[in-house]
Amino acid sequence: MLITCPYCGPRDVSEFTYQGDGNRERPAPASQNLDAWNEYVYDRLNPAGDHNEVWQHSGGCRSHLKVVRNTLTHEISSVVFARGHVPHRSPTKRGSKA
Amino acid sequence: MSPRRATSGGRIDRLRTIRFTFDGKAFTGHAGDTLASALLANGVTLFGRSFKYHRPRGVLTAGIDEPNALVTVLRGDAREPNVPATTVEIYDGLVAESQNRFPSLKWDVSAVNQLAGKLISAGFYYKTFMGPAIGPLKGTRFWMLCEHFIRRAAGLGRAGRAADPSRYERMNAFCDVLVVGSGPAGLMAAATAADKGARVIVAELDARLGGSANWSGEAIDGMPAAEWAAGLAEGLKSHPNIRVLPRTTVWGFYDGNTLAALERVTDHKEHPGKGEPRHRHWVIRTKKVVLATGAMERPLIFPGNDRPGVMLANAARRYANEFGVLAGSKVALFTNNDSAYHAAVALQKAGTSIAAIIDVRPNVSDAMRNLASDTGAQIHTGHAVVATEGSTALTGIKIQRFDSTNGVLSGESRTIQADCLLMSGGWSPTIHLASQAGAKARWDNELQAFLPPEPTQSWIGAGAFNGSFSTTEAIAEGHVAGLAAAGGKAAANDDLPVADAVAGDPAPAAVFEIRADGKGFVDFQHDVTAEDVRLAHREGFVSVEHLKRYTTLGMATDQGKISNIPGLAIMAAALGKPIPEVGTTRFRPPFAPVSVGSLAAERYGDIRPERLTPMHDWHVEHGATMYAAGLWHRPMIYGHAGETIEQAYVREARTTRETAGIVDVSTLGKIAVQGPDAAEFLDRVYTNMFSTLAVGKARYGLMLREDGIAMDDGTTWRLGKNDFLMTTTTANAGKVMQHLEYFLDMIWPDLKVTLTSVTDQWAGAAIGGPQARAILASCVKGTPVDNTALPFMGIVHGKIADVPVMVCRLSFSGEMAFEVYCGADYGTHVWQALIDAGKPFGLVPYGLEALGTMRIEKGHVTGAEIDGRTTARDLHLDWMLSTRKPFIGSAMMDRNGLASPDRLQLVGLLSLDNRPFNGGAHIEEELDEQNPHGSIGHITAACYSPALGRYIALALVNGGKARHGSRAFVSDPLRKRFGPVQIVSHHFYDPEGSRMHG
Repeated sequence: MLITCPYCGPRDVSEFTYQGDGNRERPAPASQNLDAWNEYVYDRLNPAGDHNEVWQHSGGCRSHLKVVRNTLTHEISSVVFARGHVPHRSPTKRGSKA
Repeated sequence: MSPRRATSGGRIDRLRTIRFTFDGKAFTGHAGDTLASALLANGVTLFGRSFKYHRPRGVLTAGIDEPNALVTVLRGDAREPNVPATTVEIYDGLVAESQNRFPSLKWDVSAVNQLAGKLISAGFYYKTFMGPAIGPLKGTRFWMLCEHFIRRAAGLGRAGRAADPSRYERMNAFCDVLVVGSGPAGLMAAATAADKGARVIVAELDARLGGSANWSGEAIDGMPAAEWAAGLAEGLKSHPNIRVLPRTTVWGFYDGNTLAALERVTDHKEHPGKGEPRHRHWVIRTKKVVLATGAMERPLIFPGNDRPGVMLANAARRYANEFGVLAGSKVALFTNNDSAYHAAVALQKAGTSIAAIIDVRPNVSDAMRNLASDTGAQIHTGHAVVATEGSTALTGIKIQRFDSTNGVLSGESRTIQADCLLMSGGWSPTIHLASQAGAKARWDNELQAFLPPEPTQSWIGAGAFNGSFSTTEAIAEGHVAGLAAAGGKAAANDDLPVADAVAGDPAPAAVFEIRADGKGFVDFQHDVTAEDVRLAHREGFVSVEHLKRYTTLGMATDQGKISNIPGLAIMAAALGKPIPEVGTTRFRPPFAPVSVGSLAAERYGDIRPERLTPMHDWHVEHGATMYAAGLWHRPMIYGHAGETIEQAYVREARTTRETAGIVDVSTLGKIAVQGPDAAEFLDRVYTNMFSTLAVGKARYGLMLREDGIAMDDGTTWRLGKNDFLMTTTTANAGKVMQHLEYFLDMIWPDLKVTLTSVTDQWAGAAIGGPQARAILASCVKGTPVDNTALPFMGIVHGKIADVPVMVCRLSFSGEMAFEVYCGADYGTHVWQALIDAGKPFGLVPYGLEALGTMRIEKGHVTGAEIDGRTTARDLHLDWMLSTRKPFIGSAMMDRNGLASPDRLQLVGLLSLDNRPFNGGAHIEEELDEQNPHGSIGHITAACYSPALGRYIALALVNGGKARHGSRAFVSDPLRKRFGPVQIVSHHFYDPEGSRMHG
């Protein structure tokens, strides 16, 4: 699998560290809403198809990247720097749980 | 008569004789022979014994799909088991052995298993050796005893015990077009793509390029196909855009058009060239792949189809045309398709007499009839073979009238004398790589075969791989594929070579099995019969995946290359469903066995990088016993002659507490946290406040994970308003860095902070003890180090031996102590200056053991206690949890479960029997050496405490704080250490901290 780091270019996946589900939203730091915290800390989406993921180019520029990867085909359709980008929102996110 | 060498023909070099041994017997062959072709040329029919029944087996195929003729190749002490003899190129001095026979291949005692064949059916081992659930044999011991004998009786070759002396290599390659296979389609694709300017790699698993052209016996462009292919192959080898990899099996098709291949560089050589690896593992990234992997012929399933002398029809054609070897002298053919007729022609031309062609089809085209009559063979249409005769070699076959529409046999059986039976059950395109690369294969009812799926990666198929079985089609498709892969388009007027061959019908009759009395083998290597497949169905295994696992069909080393489709067809018939509804299993890498050595390549042995501190050489020169702590090498003790480890660390720790000691702390993780928001960032990261920290002061900090569990601790120094130096524990340096980077990138991108790992830029030494300040005062220039200038947690800058240093007064040992940091390059220089300055005071260097001893005495926590399960409260660090601000983990740390008083909490233990403790030992309320039970916790760290004069330990114990003063027992059944302990506070020594505050 190749991930095209916006800074370093296309690199082998072995240079990257998977940093988890990119759909999670951290509650406000002072929030005491334990349900929201629980969801953020423990709940992960596991879609069959396009997935918003966070990868760190740990063996390169060390940037965290927002990666859209198809979990069925491993096709990567988008890679952007995480910094300065609002978190991706998946249409299936949490809505079904409410 | 048996198989023999033809008087002429073949692509072998008859002028070169090669000597080798098989089962200790000397044989000769010619250059270009495989072990299988050379043995056949010598009249050998018996190659091995089967896996389960120990039936005699001959050679069935001529290539990588061989299930029977597995041998062990020996080189020195190294054994390579389970290698198909059909893929071993002979060389002078080759030593090979047959497998799964005792005492010899011809007289094998386990062949009695054949008589018990009815008992050893599918799932025999599952059903029989579950292990008794009750009774005296309860448990697994009886099963293990049986297993010992079963494993010896059933199975394949034996692996060697000697270390593999070979060298292996890994290679990365990049190209525009990777062509897999070098038959007519592959050759054409490579040549066309390269001429268009593409960078091409051609991988061919055989030694010789050309694929079917080497053995088809056809003519292409008016010349023998083999010569046409050889000419084209020569052109490829000298083409500047093409790299040709012979003896290279592409075995994996991975994401992003990354393919894995194994090149067997020297397996065919008596003496490998200097520096040559045995195998080379290729990782090839390519823009396009052309899959020209051809097709594999299928067997027919009928009783006795595994007898030596029964072979695939086109394997015999290959032996005749490519190796000049005749599979028999009187040959019968049994087929459901036209390709066997071409095989008959080839064999007859090479000098074999064709006794009969038995065809399940009621009608055969005139073209095929003419071919048959040219060979002099009698055609028996609408007939089937129902039995074979002979023992370790075929003597004859029985045939009977057969209705291919319903599989019914009728009439009397007739015997035909033959020493070789060639069968052809149709062809299966070699779609393994395409299947790995994604979608499901498509069943083609006309061709009775699975065709390649729609591409999910960037590949193009050509030739027999596509189900286009004629050479002319292969050439045309190869040309188109090559053009398309290079980004071009074929023109209608492209002048392409044409093969001169009698056109046959590519479609076989839909006949896979002849049901008659006796064992008809589907999976030859795992001894799975057609009846086993039906038994699995009767027992309720209806999914093809379950069928595979229960019968082990297709799970042998050949991975069912020839057996999958017949097995599927029989299962489908049993279910009464069409084959595509039953489906096929997805192929997975590797396509063929891969040497583990090639995957490891140069990466074997201890390949961890070593991290050495700047003062490493000094430690070694001064008698330190080094200890691997993660990647770091750190002094454990500086032992004197005759000292035990315990004596050494007790001396070092005692001297430190009495006078002074110095320890190398360069391994601590160090992160420069800088920027206008650095203080704010640290407030969010640490549980305690850092924005209130004055410049020139340090503070102990604790970090939690998001879930409220303790993560790491360390001191952070404020060097300037926006400039902090964070230290982490040695082991967690990388993890903390990543944690901080994650929060800056993902959660708080608005914070203006930069992080820089400076672990390797600073050398550090901690000097502690009653004389530490005096020692420093005697060598530090440019700053006083008294209590006013350098109070507890203060930082000063000065020089030692003319080198700038930064000194922070902080203590891990519990003594008055200082950490001295300087540029890494001056580490030894400053360290030596400190040692020299300390000499009049009695300063000693101490190692990790003494460091650990003093921290245990003080009750400081490290990774053994911050183990990913403990909270700040469990470790009595709740005083560090600020209530004035949120921080990472603050929301989750108060959850009920994390605040429970029953949790494992940090305590101290005193040994009451004056014997040492071991880390990991359990703590129990009652002592029961026979049946230890009721663990209430475990020891995390233990030592002999010179300060207390006894053995002590830190432990995590349920509700530990409430147990202070009570007794319990240490229970360590593994090391047979049981005994009474007293639970006390973890602050064993100087709980008020008067010594370090001075």
